[in-house]
Amino acid sequence: MIEDIKFTKEHEWIVTKEGLSVMGISDFAQRQLGDIVSIELPKVGSIFRRMQSMAIIDSVKASSDIYCAVSGEVVEVNEELLEHPEWINQSPYESGWIVKVKPSNMEEFNDLMTTEQYNKLIGEMEGGGGDDQRGGR
Amino acid sequence: MKTPFYDIHRSSGAKILNFHGWEMPLHYSSGIINEHINTRTNVSLFDVSHMGRFEVKGTGAYDCLQTLVTNDVSKLNNHQALYSPICYDNGRIIDDLIIYMINREKFLIVVNASNREKDLEWIIKHSNNSATVVEDVSDKIALLALQGPLAQNLLEKAAMVGIDLNQLKPFDLNITNIFGIECMISRTGYTGEDGFELFFDSSKIDIWDKLIQLGSPTFNIKPAGLGARDTLRLEAGLMLYGNDIDENTTPLEVPLRWTVKLEKKEFIGKKALITQQVNRKLVGFEVLEKRVARHGNEILMDSQKVGFVTSGSFSPTLKKSIGFCFVPMHVLSNELIEINIGGKLYKAKVLSSTRFYKRK
Repeated sequence: MIEDIKFTKEHEWIVTKEGLSVMGISDFAQRQLGDIVSIELPKVGSIFRRMQSMAIIDSVKASSDIYCAVSGEVVEVNEELLEHPEWINQSPYESGWIVKVKPSNMEEFNDLMTTEQYNKLIGEMEGGGGDDQRGGR
Repeated sequence: MKTPFYDIHRSSGAKILNFHGWEMPLHYSSGIINEHINTRTNVSLFDVSHMGRFEVKGTGAYDCLQTLVTNDVSKLNNHQALYSPICYDNGRIIDDLIIYMINREKFLIVVNASNREKDLEWIIKHSNNSATVVEDVSDKIALLALQGPLAQNLLEKAAMVGIDLNQLKPFDLNITNIFGIECMISRTGYTGEDGFELFFDSSKIDIWDKLIQLGSPTFNIKPAGLGARDTLRLEAGLMLYGNDIDENTTPLEVPLRWTVKLEKKEFIGKKALITQQVNRKLVGFEVLEKRVARHGNEILMDSQKVGFVTSGSFSPTLKKSIGFCFVPMHVLSNELIEINIGGKLYKAKVLSSTRFYKRK
Protein backbone atom coordinates (compact mmCIF):
# COMPACT_ATOMS: atom_id res chain seq x y z
CA MET A 1 0.00 0.00 0.00
CA ILE A 2 1.17 3.52 -0.79
CA GLU A 3 2.63 5.35 2.21
CA ASP A 4 0.76 8.41 3.43
CA ILE A 5 -2.42 7.40 1.67
CA LYS A 6 -5.54 8.47 3.51
CA PHE A 7 -9.19 7.60 3.05
CA THR A 8 -12.60 9.17 3.51
CA LYS A 9 -15.56 7.24 4.85
CA GLU A 10 -17.08 7.58 1.39
CA HIS A 11 -14.21 5.50 -0.02
CA GLU A 12 -12.11 8.16 -1.68
CA TRP A 13 -8.33 7.94 -1.28
CA ILE A 14 -5.95 10.89 -1.21
CA VAL A 15 -2.16 11.05 -1.49
CA THR A 16 -0.38 14.36 -0.94
CA LYS A 17 3.12 15.34 -2.03
CA GLU A 18 4.64 18.81 -1.98
CA GLY A 19 1.34 20.57 -1.49
CA LEU A 20 -0.53 18.73 -4.24
CA SER A 21 -3.13 16.02 -3.51
CA VAL A 22 -4.13 13.25 -5.90
CA MET A 23 -7.52 11.58 -5.33
CA GLY A 24 -9.40 8.56 -6.54
CA ILE A 25 -11.72 5.87 -5.22
CA SER A 26 -10.64 2.80 -3.31
CA ASP A 27 -10.45 -0.76 -4.57
CA PHE A 28 -13.37 -1.58 -2.29
CA ALA A 29 -15.43 1.19 -3.90
CA GLN A 30 -14.69 0.07 -7.47
CA ARG A 31 -15.66 -3.48 -6.58
CA GLN A 32 -18.93 -2.32 -5.06
CA LEU A 33 -19.74 -0.24 -8.15
CA GLY A 34 -18.98 -2.98 -10.66
CA ASP A 35 -18.11 -2.15 -14.27
CA ILE A 36 -17.70 1.64 -14.51
CA VAL A 37 -18.91 3.03 -17.82
CA SER A 38 -18.61 6.78 -17.49
CA ILE A 39 -17.40 9.60 -15.25
CA GLU A 40 -18.36 13.25 -15.17
CA LEU A 41 -15.29 15.23 -14.10
CA PRO A 42 -15.11 18.73 -12.56
CA LYS A 43 -13.61 21.63 -14.48
CA VAL A 44 -10.03 22.62 -13.72
CA GLY A 45 -10.18 25.65 -11.47
CA SER A 46 -13.29 24.47 -9.59
CA ILE A 47 -13.18 25.01 -5.87
CA PHE A 48 -14.67 22.42 -3.54
CA ARG A 49 -15.33 22.25 0.16
CA ARG A 50 -14.36 19.11 2.01
CA MET A 51 -16.77 16.26 1.19
CA GLN A 52 -18.60 18.23 -1.47
CA SER A 53 -19.56 16.16 -4.51
CA MET A 54 -17.03 16.80 -7.27
CA ALA A 55 -17.61 14.03 -9.81
CA ILE A 56 -20.18 11.40 -10.75
CA ILE A 57 -19.42 7.84 -11.73
CA ASP A 58 -21.89 5.68 -13.62
CA SER A 59 -21.46 1.94 -13.41
CA VAL A 60 -23.76 -0.46 -15.25
CA LYS A 61 -25.96 -0.84 -12.20
CA ALA A 62 -25.64 2.42 -10.26
CA SER A 63 -24.55 6.06 -10.18
CA SER A 64 -22.32 7.34 -7.43
CA ASP A 65 -21.15 10.77 -6.28
CA ILE A 66 -17.45 11.16 -5.68
CA TYR A 67 -16.58 13.54 -2.86
CA CYS A 68 -13.62 15.84 -2.56
CA ALA A 69 -11.62 14.57 0.41
CA VAL A 70 -10.32 18.01 1.41
CA SER A 71 -11.20 21.63 0.58
CA GLY A 72 -9.23 23.01 -2.33
CA GLU A 73 -8.92 23.93 -5.98
CA VAL A 74 -8.86 21.43 -8.80
CA VAL A 75 -5.61 21.86 -10.76
CA GLU A 76 -5.80 18.78 -12.97
CA VAL A 77 -8.34 16.10 -13.94
CA ASN A 78 -7.67 12.71 -15.48
CA GLU A 79 -9.26 13.28 -18.88
CA GLU A 80 -8.19 9.87 -20.12
CA LEU A 81 -10.97 8.46 -17.93
CA LEU A 82 -13.51 9.94 -20.35
CA GLU A 83 -12.39 7.37 -22.92
CA HIS A 84 -11.27 4.74 -20.43
CA PRO A 85 -13.57 4.78 -17.40
CA GLU A 86 -12.69 1.12 -16.85
CA TRP A 87 -9.22 2.20 -15.62
CA ILE A 88 -10.93 3.09 -12.34
CA ASN A 89 -11.87 -0.59 -11.96
CA GLN A 90 -8.59 -1.95 -13.27
CA SER A 91 -6.19 0.39 -11.47
CA PRO A 92 -8.02 2.46 -8.83
CA TYR A 93 -4.82 3.80 -7.23
CA GLU A 94 -2.76 4.46 -10.34
CA SER A 95 -4.09 5.04 -13.85
CA GLY A 96 -7.58 5.38 -12.32
CA TRP A 97 -6.69 8.59 -10.40
CA ILE A 98 -9.47 11.14 -10.77
CA VAL A 99 -8.38 14.67 -9.78
CA LYS A 100 -5.42 16.64 -8.43
CA VAL A 101 -6.29 19.30 -5.89
CA LYS A 102 -4.35 22.05 -4.13
CA PRO A 103 -5.59 21.70 -0.53
CA SER A 104 -6.50 24.94 1.22
CA ASN A 105 -6.59 23.68 4.81
CA MET A 106 -4.02 21.13 5.92
CA GLU A 107 -5.81 20.61 9.24
CA GLU A 108 -8.55 18.73 7.42
CA PHE A 109 -6.14 15.85 6.89
CA ASN A 110 -6.45 15.00 10.58
CA ASP A 111 -10.03 13.92 9.96
CA LEU A 112 -9.16 11.39 7.29
CA MET A 113 -8.61 7.70 7.95
CA THR A 114 -5.34 5.81 7.82
CA THR A 115 -5.12 2.58 5.80
CA GLU A 116 -5.59 0.62 9.01
CA GLN A 117 -8.68 2.57 10.02
CA TYR A 118 -10.14 2.31 6.53
CA ASN A 119 -9.54 -1.44 6.32
CA LYS A 120 -11.37 -1.80 9.61
CA LEU A 121 -14.31 0.17 8.24
CA ILE A 122 -14.63 -1.92 5.09
CA GLY A 123 -14.07 -5.13 7.06
CA GLU A 124 -17.15 -4.24 9.06
CA MET A 125 -19.11 -3.42 5.90
CA GLU A 126 -18.19 -6.60 4.08
CA GLY A 127 -19.16 -8.66 7.11
CA GLY A 128 -22.72 -7.62 6.37
CA GLY A 129 -22.80 -9.65 3.16
CA GLY A 130 -22.93 -6.75 0.70
CA ASP A 131 -26.66 -6.88 0.00
CA ASP A 132 -27.76 -4.80 -2.92
CA GLN A 133 -31.28 -3.89 -3.94
CA ARG A 134 -30.71 -3.30 -7.65
CA GLY A 135 -30.81 -5.86 -10.36
CA GLY A 136 -32.70 -7.46 -13.20
CA ARG A 137 -35.29 -10.18 -13.74
CA MET B 1 -35.00 -17.42 -0.49
CA LYS B 2 -32.45 -19.39 -2.42
CA THR B 3 -32.50 -21.43 -5.61
CA PRO B 4 -30.97 -24.94 -5.64
CA PHE B 5 -27.83 -23.42 -7.17
CA TYR B 6 -27.10 -20.84 -4.47
CA ASP B 7 -24.04 -22.64 -3.05
CA ILE B 8 -22.61 -23.02 -6.53
CA HIS B 9 -22.96 -19.29 -7.12
CA ARG B 10 -21.20 -18.43 -3.88
CA SER B 11 -18.33 -20.78 -4.54
CA SER B 12 -18.06 -19.38 -8.08
CA GLY B 13 -17.41 -15.93 -6.64
CA ALA B 14 -20.81 -14.40 -7.36
CA LYS B 15 -21.75 -11.03 -5.94
CA ILE B 16 -25.14 -11.79 -4.42
CA LEU B 17 -28.09 -9.47 -4.84
CA ASN B 18 -31.37 -9.50 -2.95
CA PHE B 19 -33.90 -9.61 -5.77
CA HIS B 20 -37.48 -9.56 -4.46
CA GLY B 21 -36.45 -11.76 -1.57
CA TRP B 22 -34.25 -14.06 -3.66
CA GLU B 23 -30.49 -14.28 -3.07
CA MET B 24 -29.39 -14.23 -6.70
CA PRO B 25 -26.06 -13.71 -8.47
CA LEU B 26 -25.82 -10.15 -9.80
CA HIS B 27 -22.59 -11.08 -11.51
CA TYR B 28 -19.61 -13.37 -11.04
CA SER B 29 -15.94 -12.39 -10.96
CA SER B 30 -15.79 -11.41 -14.64
CA GLY B 31 -18.33 -8.64 -14.14
CA ILE B 32 -21.51 -7.65 -15.95
CA ILE B 33 -19.93 -6.35 -19.15
CA ASN B 34 -17.77 -9.43 -19.73
CA GLU B 35 -20.72 -11.72 -19.00
CA HIS B 36 -22.83 -9.74 -21.46
CA ILE B 37 -20.22 -9.89 -24.21
CA ASN B 38 -19.57 -13.59 -23.61
CA THR B 39 -23.29 -14.26 -24.09
CA ARG B 40 -23.26 -12.46 -27.45
CA THR B 41 -20.02 -14.12 -28.56
CA ASN B 42 -19.94 -17.59 -27.00
CA VAL B 43 -22.41 -19.01 -24.47
CA SER B 44 -23.51 -18.24 -20.93
CA LEU B 45 -25.34 -20.19 -18.26
CA PHE B 46 -27.97 -18.40 -16.15
CA ASP B 47 -29.78 -19.66 -13.06
CA VAL B 48 -33.36 -18.46 -13.45
CA SER B 49 -34.92 -20.83 -10.94
CA HIS B 50 -36.26 -17.89 -8.94
CA MET B 51 -38.98 -17.44 -11.54
CA GLY B 52 -42.40 -18.97 -10.82
CA ARG B 53 -43.42 -22.20 -12.53
CA PHE B 54 -46.99 -23.46 -12.43
CA GLU B 55 -48.58 -26.50 -13.98
CA VAL B 56 -52.09 -25.98 -15.35
CA LYS B 57 -53.69 -29.36 -16.13
CA GLY B 58 -57.01 -30.94 -16.95
CA THR B 59 -59.80 -30.78 -19.48
CA GLY B 60 -60.41 -27.14 -18.58
CA ALA B 61 -56.78 -26.02 -18.80
CA TYR B 62 -56.89 -24.81 -22.39
CA ASP B 63 -60.05 -22.70 -21.94
CA CYS B 64 -58.75 -21.32 -18.65
CA LEU B 65 -55.55 -20.05 -20.25
CA GLN B 66 -57.26 -18.80 -23.39
CA THR B 67 -59.48 -16.62 -21.17
CA LEU B 68 -56.61 -15.38 -19.03
CA VAL B 69 -54.11 -14.28 -21.67
CA THR B 70 -54.36 -11.65 -24.40
CA ASN B 71 -52.45 -13.75 -26.93
CA ASP B 72 -54.04 -16.67 -28.80
CA VAL B 73 -53.42 -20.10 -27.27
CA SER B 74 -55.17 -21.75 -30.25
CA LYS B 75 -52.09 -20.92 -32.33
CA LEU B 76 -50.10 -23.38 -30.24
CA ASN B 77 -49.39 -26.95 -31.23
CA ASN B 78 -48.21 -29.55 -28.77
CA HIS B 79 -44.64 -28.84 -27.71
CA GLN B 80 -44.74 -25.14 -28.42
CA ALA B 81 -44.52 -22.07 -26.23
CA LEU B 82 -46.27 -18.71 -26.34
CA TYR B 83 -45.40 -15.35 -24.78
CA SER B 84 -48.25 -13.21 -23.46
CA PRO B 85 -49.22 -10.59 -20.93
CA ILE B 86 -52.13 -11.30 -18.59
CA CYS B 87 -54.39 -8.38 -17.78
CA TYR B 88 -57.02 -7.23 -15.34
CA ASP B 89 -60.51 -6.32 -16.57
CA ASN B 90 -59.26 -2.76 -17.01
CA GLY B 91 -56.57 -3.92 -19.45
CA ARG B 92 -53.69 -3.22 -17.06
CA ILE B 93 -50.93 -5.81 -16.95
CA ILE B 94 -50.71 -8.27 -14.09
CA ASP B 95 -47.59 -9.93 -15.47
CA ASP B 96 -45.98 -11.15 -18.67
CA LEU B 97 -45.36 -14.86 -18.95
CA ILE B 98 -44.62 -17.79 -21.21
CA ILE B 99 -47.01 -20.71 -21.66
CA TYR B 100 -45.38 -24.02 -22.59
CA MET B 101 -47.93 -26.40 -24.08
CA ILE B 102 -47.07 -30.03 -23.46
CA ASN B 103 -50.48 -31.04 -24.74
CA ARG B 104 -54.01 -29.65 -24.65
CA GLU B 105 -54.49 -30.81 -21.07
CA LYS B 106 -51.07 -30.01 -19.70
CA PHE B 107 -49.34 -26.63 -19.66
CA LEU B 108 -46.39 -25.20 -17.83
CA ILE B 109 -46.50 -21.44 -17.14
CA VAL B 110 -43.37 -19.47 -16.26
CA VAL B 111 -43.90 -16.11 -14.54
CA ASN B 112 -41.75 -13.35 -13.08
CA ALA B 113 -40.24 -14.05 -9.68
CA SER B 114 -41.67 -10.81 -8.32
CA ASN B 115 -45.22 -11.84 -9.23
CA ARG B 116 -45.27 -15.48 -8.20
CA GLU B 117 -47.91 -15.25 -5.49
CA LYS B 118 -50.03 -12.69 -7.29
CA ASP B 119 -50.13 -14.73 -10.50
CA LEU B 120 -50.83 -18.05 -8.78
CA GLU B 121 -53.75 -16.54 -6.92
CA TRP B 122 -55.12 -14.98 -10.10
CA ILE B 123 -54.84 -18.16 -12.17
CA ILE B 124 -56.43 -20.30 -9.46
CA LYS B 125 -59.23 -17.76 -9.03
CA HIS B 126 -60.03 -18.00 -12.74
CA SER B 127 -59.78 -21.76 -13.12
CA ASN B 128 -62.81 -24.02 -13.02
CA ASN B 129 -61.89 -26.24 -10.08
CA SER B 130 -63.38 -29.46 -11.33
CA ALA B 131 -61.89 -29.30 -14.81
CA THR B 132 -58.58 -27.54 -14.11
CA VAL B 133 -55.82 -28.22 -11.62
CA VAL B 134 -53.25 -25.50 -10.93
CA GLU B 135 -50.11 -26.53 -9.10
CA ASP B 136 -47.09 -24.44 -8.10
CA VAL B 137 -44.12 -26.57 -9.14
CA SER B 138 -41.48 -23.86 -8.68
CA ASP B 139 -39.68 -25.81 -5.96
CA LYS B 140 -39.90 -29.14 -7.78
CA ILE B 141 -38.47 -27.98 -11.10
CA ALA B 142 -35.20 -26.11 -11.59
CA LEU B 143 -34.77 -23.74 -14.53
CA LEU B 144 -31.53 -22.80 -16.24
CA ALA B 145 -31.01 -20.73 -19.37
CA LEU B 146 -28.19 -21.50 -21.79
CA GLN B 147 -27.84 -18.54 -24.13
CA GLY B 148 -25.46 -17.57 -26.92
CA PRO B 149 -24.50 -18.44 -30.51
CA LEU B 150 -22.66 -21.54 -29.31
CA ALA B 151 -25.52 -22.84 -27.13
CA GLN B 152 -26.67 -25.40 -29.69
CA ASN B 153 -23.14 -26.66 -30.34
CA LEU B 154 -22.69 -27.17 -26.62
CA LEU B 155 -25.99 -28.94 -26.07
CA GLU B 156 -25.38 -31.25 -29.00
CA LYS B 157 -22.33 -32.53 -27.18
CA ALA B 158 -24.41 -33.24 -24.07
CA ALA B 159 -25.65 -36.63 -25.28
CA MET B 160 -29.34 -35.88 -25.27
CA VAL B 161 -31.65 -38.69 -26.22
CA GLY B 162 -33.92 -38.59 -29.26
CA ILE B 163 -33.77 -34.92 -30.05
CA ASP B 164 -32.45 -33.10 -33.09
CA LEU B 165 -31.80 -29.51 -32.13
CA ASN B 166 -31.90 -28.46 -35.77
CA GLN B 167 -35.60 -29.39 -35.72
CA LEU B 168 -36.27 -27.38 -32.56
CA LYS B 169 -37.40 -23.99 -33.84
CA PRO B 170 -37.73 -20.87 -31.69
CA PHE B 171 -40.48 -21.42 -29.10
CA ASP B 172 -40.52 -25.17 -29.73
CA LEU B 173 -39.98 -27.49 -26.80
CA ASN B 174 -39.23 -31.13 -26.34
CA ILE B 175 -38.75 -33.61 -23.55
CA THR B 176 -35.49 -35.48 -23.54
CA ASN B 177 -32.78 -36.31 -21.12
CA ILE B 178 -29.47 -34.59 -20.65
CA PHE B 179 -26.55 -36.35 -18.92
CA GLY B 180 -29.08 -39.09 -18.21
CA ILE B 181 -31.47 -36.72 -16.41
CA GLU B 182 -35.00 -36.09 -17.68
CA CYS B 183 -35.28 -32.57 -18.96
CA MET B 184 -37.67 -30.39 -20.92
CA ILE B 185 -35.81 -28.13 -23.34
CA SER B 186 -37.35 -25.11 -25.06
CA ARG B 187 -35.79 -22.83 -27.61
CA THR B 188 -36.64 -19.71 -25.63
CA GLY B 189 -34.76 -17.03 -23.76
CA TYR B 190 -34.52 -13.44 -22.66
CA THR B 191 -31.25 -12.31 -24.24
CA GLY B 192 -31.85 -11.81 -27.95
CA GLU B 193 -29.45 -14.65 -28.72
CA ASP B 194 -30.20 -18.20 -29.77
CA GLY B 195 -30.55 -20.31 -26.67
CA PHE B 196 -32.44 -22.79 -24.60
CA GLU B 197 -34.23 -23.06 -21.32
CA LEU B 198 -33.76 -26.28 -19.41
CA PHE B 199 -36.39 -27.56 -16.97
CA PHE B 200 -35.49 -30.51 -14.76
CA ASP B 201 -35.93 -31.98 -11.29
CA SER B 202 -34.63 -29.47 -8.76
CA SER B 203 -32.54 -32.09 -6.99
CA LYS B 204 -30.39 -32.61 -10.08
CA ILE B 205 -28.15 -29.61 -9.64
CA ASP B 206 -25.17 -31.53 -11.13
CA ILE B 207 -26.39 -30.37 -14.52
CA TRP B 208 -24.84 -26.95 -13.81
CA ASP B 209 -21.30 -28.26 -13.28
CA LYS B 210 -21.64 -30.75 -16.10
CA LEU B 211 -22.58 -27.99 -18.55
CA ILE B 212 -19.74 -25.78 -17.36
CA GLN B 213 -17.24 -28.63 -17.65
CA LEU B 214 -18.52 -29.68 -21.06
CA GLY B 215 -18.42 -26.16 -22.44
CA SER B 216 -15.36 -24.68 -20.78
CA PRO B 217 -12.49 -25.39 -23.12
CA THR B 218 -14.19 -25.35 -26.50
CA PHE B 219 -17.13 -22.98 -26.12
CA ASN B 220 -15.91 -20.67 -23.38
CA ILE B 221 -19.07 -21.10 -21.33
CA LYS B 222 -19.25 -18.85 -18.29
CA PRO B 223 -21.97 -18.34 -15.69
CA ALA B 224 -23.79 -15.03 -16.03
CA GLY B 225 -25.94 -13.20 -13.48
CA LEU B 226 -28.96 -10.94 -13.36
CA GLY B 227 -26.90 -7.86 -14.20
CA ALA B 228 -25.97 -9.17 -17.65
CA ARG B 229 -29.46 -10.62 -18.05
CA ASP B 230 -30.82 -7.08 -17.75
CA THR B 231 -28.37 -5.44 -20.18
CA LEU B 232 -28.93 -8.25 -22.69
CA ARG B 233 -32.72 -8.04 -22.63
CA LEU B 234 -32.60 -4.25 -22.83
CA GLU B 235 -30.49 -4.37 -26.00
CA ALA B 236 -32.89 -6.98 -27.39
CA GLY B 237 -35.92 -4.76 -26.80
CA LEU B 238 -37.59 -7.03 -24.23
CA MET B 239 -39.88 -5.70 -21.51
CA LEU B 240 -39.16 -6.07 -17.80
CA TYR B 241 -42.16 -6.21 -15.47
CA GLY B 242 -41.81 -3.64 -12.76
CA ASN B 243 -39.75 -1.37 -15.02
CA ASP B 244 -41.44 -1.06 -18.42
CA ILE B 245 -44.78 -2.71 -17.70
CA ASP B 246 -46.76 -2.83 -14.48
CA GLU B 247 -50.28 -2.46 -13.15
CA ASN B 248 -50.44 1.05 -14.64
CA THR B 249 -49.66 -0.01 -18.20
CA THR B 250 -51.64 -1.77 -20.89
CA PRO B 251 -50.01 -3.83 -23.65
CA LEU B 252 -51.14 -1.23 -26.20
CA GLU B 253 -48.86 1.47 -24.77
CA VAL B 254 -45.69 -0.60 -25.09
CA PRO B 255 -44.34 -2.74 -27.96
CA LEU B 256 -46.66 -5.59 -26.96
CA ARG B 257 -49.55 -4.74 -29.30
CA TRP B 258 -48.67 -7.87 -31.25
CA THR B 259 -49.53 -10.03 -28.24
CA VAL B 260 -53.09 -8.70 -28.04
CA LYS B 261 -55.39 -10.73 -30.26
CA LEU B 262 -58.59 -8.72 -30.28
CA GLU B 263 -60.13 -11.19 -32.73
CA LYS B 264 -60.22 -13.77 -29.92
CA LYS B 265 -63.77 -14.34 -28.75
CA GLU B 266 -63.16 -13.36 -25.18
CA PHE B 267 -60.36 -12.74 -22.72
CA ILE B 268 -60.02 -10.75 -19.51
CA GLY B 269 -59.36 -7.13 -20.40
CA LYS B 270 -60.55 -7.35 -24.02
CA LYS B 271 -63.28 -4.74 -23.67
CA ALA B 272 -61.00 -2.24 -21.97
CA LEU B 273 -58.31 -2.73 -24.60
CA ILE B 274 -60.70 -2.31 -27.52
CA THR B 275 -61.90 1.01 -26.17
CA GLN B 276 -58.60 2.32 -24.79
CA GLN B 277 -57.52 5.76 -25.97
CA VAL B 278 -53.81 5.19 -26.10
CA ASN B 279 -52.08 8.48 -25.28
CA ARG B 280 -48.49 7.50 -24.72
CA LYS B 281 -45.99 5.09 -26.20
CA LEU B 282 -42.83 3.38 -25.05
CA VAL B 283 -39.84 4.15 -27.25
CA GLY B 284 -36.14 3.39 -27.27
CA PHE B 285 -33.62 6.19 -26.74
CA GLU B 286 -29.90 6.68 -26.75
CA VAL B 287 -28.29 9.28 -24.51
CA LEU B 288 -26.06 11.63 -26.49
CA GLU B 289 -23.81 12.22 -23.52
CA LYS B 290 -22.08 9.74 -21.29
CA ARG B 291 -24.46 9.52 -18.33
CA VAL B 292 -26.60 6.46 -17.73
CA ALA B 293 -30.34 7.07 -17.40
CA ARG B 294 -32.31 5.16 -14.77
CA HIS B 295 -35.92 4.15 -14.14
CA GLY B 296 -37.94 7.18 -13.08
CA ASN B 297 -35.75 9.87 -14.65
CA GLU B 298 -38.01 12.58 -16.14
CA ILE B 299 -38.19 13.18 -19.89
CA LEU B 300 -38.49 16.80 -20.97
CA MET B 301 -39.23 18.49 -24.27
CA ASP B 302 -39.28 22.29 -24.49
CA SER B 303 -38.77 22.40 -20.73
CA GLN B 304 -41.99 20.46 -20.12
CA LYS B 305 -42.12 17.09 -18.47
CA VAL B 306 -43.57 14.72 -21.07
CA GLY B 307 -42.70 11.27 -19.77
CA PHE B 308 -40.22 9.19 -17.84
CA VAL B 309 -37.54 6.55 -18.25
CA THR B 310 -38.74 3.00 -17.58
CA SER B 311 -35.43 1.21 -18.12
CA GLY B 312 -31.95 2.65 -18.55
CA SER B 313 -28.51 1.13 -18.63
CA PHE B 314 -25.29 0.88 -20.55
CA SER B 315 -25.13 -1.17 -23.76
CA PRO B 316 -21.87 -3.09 -23.91
CA THR B 317 -22.52 -3.94 -27.56
CA LEU B 318 -23.15 -0.36 -28.71
CA LYS B 319 -20.96 1.20 -25.99
CA LYS B 320 -23.68 3.76 -25.36
CA SER B 321 -26.14 4.66 -22.66
CA ILE B 322 -29.58 3.43 -23.81
CA GLY B 323 -33.05 2.82 -22.48
CA PHE B 324 -36.82 2.89 -22.90
CA CYS B 325 -39.12 5.76 -21.97
CA PHE B 326 -42.71 6.83 -22.26
CA VAL B 327 -43.37 9.81 -24.52
CA PRO B 328 -46.54 11.34 -26.02
CA MET B 329 -47.86 9.82 -29.23
CA HIS B 330 -46.74 12.73 -31.42
CA VAL B 331 -43.02 12.23 -30.73
CA LEU B 332 -41.11 11.01 -33.79
CA SER B 333 -37.93 8.99 -34.13
CA ASN B 334 -34.78 11.08 -34.21
CA GLU B 335 -36.47 13.77 -32.15
CA LEU B 336 -34.34 15.10 -29.34
CA ILE B 337 -35.45 14.83 -25.74
CA GLU B 338 -33.83 15.80 -22.46
CA ILE B 339 -33.46 13.46 -19.54
CA ASN B 340 -33.18 14.69 -15.96
CA ILE B 341 -30.46 12.56 -14.42
CA GLY B 342 -29.62 13.53 -10.86
CA GLY B 343 -30.94 17.07 -11.29
CA LYS B 344 -29.11 17.88 -14.54
CA LEU B 345 -30.49 17.68 -18.09
CA TYR B 346 -28.81 15.52 -20.69
CA LYS B 347 -29.65 15.29 -24.38
CA ALA B 348 -30.97 12.05 -25.83
CA LYS B 349 -32.40 10.90 -29.13
CA VAL B 350 -35.62 8.94 -29.66
CA LEU B 351 -35.06 5.85 -31.80
CA SER B 352 -37.36 4.13 -34.25
CA SER B 353 -37.39 0.89 -32.29
CA THR B 354 -36.96 -0.45 -28.78
CA ARG B 355 -34.67 -3.05 -30.31
CA PHE B 356 -31.03 -1.97 -30.20
CA TYR B 357 -29.53 -5.28 -31.22
CA LYS B 358 -30.36 -8.00 -33.67
CA ARG B 359 -28.44 -11.23 -33.66
CA LYS B 360 -26.81 -12.46 -36.84
